[in-house]
Amino acid sequence: MSQLILWKEDLQQLFHRLQAAYRVIGPLAADGVVGLAELENLSSLPIGHRDRQGPGVYRLENVGDADIFSFVVGPDSVKRFLHPPVQHPYTFRKSRKRLHIASPRAAPQEKPLAFFALRPCDVAALKLLDKVFLESPLKDRRYQAVRDGVFLLAVNCLHPAETCFCHAMQTGPEVRDGFDLSLTELDAGFLVEIGSEKGKEILNGVPTAEATARDAAEKAAKLEASRSRMKRSVPLRALPQVLYNHLEHPRWAETAARCLGCGNCTQVCPTCFCTTAHDHVSLACLAQKEAQWCGSRVRLWDSCFSLNFARVHGGNFRTSRKARYRHWMLHKLAYWIDQFGTPGCVGCGRCITWCPVGIDVTEELEAIAASRNVP
Amino acid sequence: MKNPYLPYPVRIQEIITETQDRNLKTFKLVFLNPEDEAGFVYMPGQFAELSVAGQGEVPIGIASSPTEKGFLMFTVNRVGRVTTYLHNMKPGDVMGVRGPLGNWYPWEEMKGKNVVIIGGGFAFTTLRSSIVWMLDPAHRKDYGDITVVYGARNPGMLLYKDELVAWEQRDDITMHLTVDATDDPTWKYNVGFVPAVTKEKAPGAENAYAIVCGPPIMIKFTLPVLTDLGFPPERIITSLEMRMKCGIGMCGRCNIGTEYVCKDGPVFSMEKLATLPNEY
Repeated sequence: MSQLILWKEDLQQLFHRLQAAYRVIGPLAADGVVGLAELENLSSLPIGHRDRQGPGVYRLENVGDADIFSFVVGPDSVKRFLHPPVQHPYTFRKSRKRLHIASPRAAPQEKPLAFFALRPCDVAALKLLDKVFLESPLKDRRYQAVRDGVFLLAVNCLHPAETCFCHAMQTGPEVRDGFDLSLTELDAGFLVEIGSEKGKEILNGVPTAEATARDAAEKAAKLEASRSRMKRSVPLRALPQVLYNHLEHPRWAETAARCLGCGNCTQVCPTCFCTTAHDHVSLACLAQKEAQWCGSRVRLWDSCFSLNFARVHGGNFRTSRKARYRHWMLHKLAYWIDQFGTPGCVGCGRCITWCPVGIDVTEELEAIAASRNVP
Repeated sequence: MKNPYLPYPVRIQEIITETQDRNLKTFKLVFLNPEDEAGFVYMPGQFAELSVAGQGEVPIGIASSPTEKGFLMFTVNRVGRVTTYLHNMKPGDVMGVRGPLGNWYPWEEMKGKNVVIIGGGFAFTTLRSSIVWMLDPAHRKDYGDITVVYGARNPGMLLYKDELVAWEQRDDITMHLTVDATDDPTWKYNVGFVPAVTKEKAPGAENAYAIVCGPPIMIKFTLPVLTDLGFPPERIITSLEMRMKCGIGMCGRCNIGTEYVCKDGPVFSMEKLATLPNEY
């Protein structure tokens, strides 16, 4: 793979090339956090910002320097764009004797999405969502329609947050595959790597230079420093068995005593995909003569922490917070491995940062894995 | 590409009140579009989402057999919002069906084997489908002896009573009907719980499969009986219920361990269930 240098002032040109063909979604500081939104121009990036993150803590600070990508991920993720929080699988119009059901009309020719400065953890999350929605016998066609056109411009992480553990999950801080272009922010410019034909093509007309061995060394050194700043570890090789072996570990109850059951972790998680569904009835048809009902089926993000998640007629499979926390962690770090061949966690650290009481999934896992003699 | 969330429109052809408490009704549904009917290819043991626009969906086992053409049949217990609404619908009303979903009883694997069917209460629906399917002249020769143990709280709570009487009179199926208790002097069958009747009638385990569906308490006490009779766990088959919303493995609701009940089940062998983590 050839490596190129893109000078910082030429990032604008790359941005314009993308904007000509795509709706560019990228990091935008709003409401005190870095979220993802459509970028109108490059200057709307939170340049010179740092995010200070910890268990239950997030602060965005403008230090005013010229570093462009020195923050990492906020609560928002790529999930929201491919698997939106509210979807309408179909609309219906119904009277006693008639039922008319229609798939939602395809949106008017919208530009495909380009994700600008997506982090390696989110690139990895997208690959996991692909497994759920595209590698099933019945594909999610809405997901596929958006996914097919997506352009991924990844940015390697040189300033990991305190809560980041992508290094432990082997998804970062350097993006390895699944991207179209990747950037590493060096002192003087960006080291560019091309991940696909699409990526190569978008660089047409963007001034670049061949990267030198010094550039490559600078990148390697910066990434190594980034890795060494991530202190959390995950006993990957002991998974999933270590969790299966400790379903009654006392730690589950201790964690449950702190957990508020709010479901924040599942909402900010870039791979949590569970949904609920109900029929939304519109008042608009009630006035009409023939139609009794009209409305739509609504699919909404749900959380395995919600009380009704496992409720069936006659009972609830997970009445305690202990059962719900344990199910969440087992699904992420055990069942996923057996279901999809990889953990469902990408190490982005969002669930740690956005937990109101600062429960740290790596700490919980470590505590359970450490006491191998406890049943 | 087909939208997997779209239900097929169907018309309610007939509604049969099955039980004396009037809480179980059987709905016979006919497709409005012949092409939908042609595409709805199913096997006994599968389920479908019954959809009432404006109310929601419920996953219900298919009670008709693929050998019965021209309609689908579902027996629905009135327990919640959608099922209560369904119970108040009338023949001629239009609703939706989405499916077929899930796997089915291992019909290929069971070929040449004796089949013991053990059912309790209103969990007899996909078992009815199975019996009708096996008794069809096209399939009867594929299976050995068919033995059925079916119990309910009292005679008025048995499903499909006319068919039970008809099967009782056939010589290619052995029926053991039972009720927990009754003061009905005309009841001429067994009195006792399903596990006890199973033990008493002792269907042979040799070359046999057992399909067990019923309330958890019945399953719990029937399993040791089957084990004592010599059924190994891989030849004891059951069907699970869960809160299945999408039915296609994407909503995550019915996850038990590594399995999605909707797409990896609802039919599981006891051997498979034993490998799932006991995390509840």
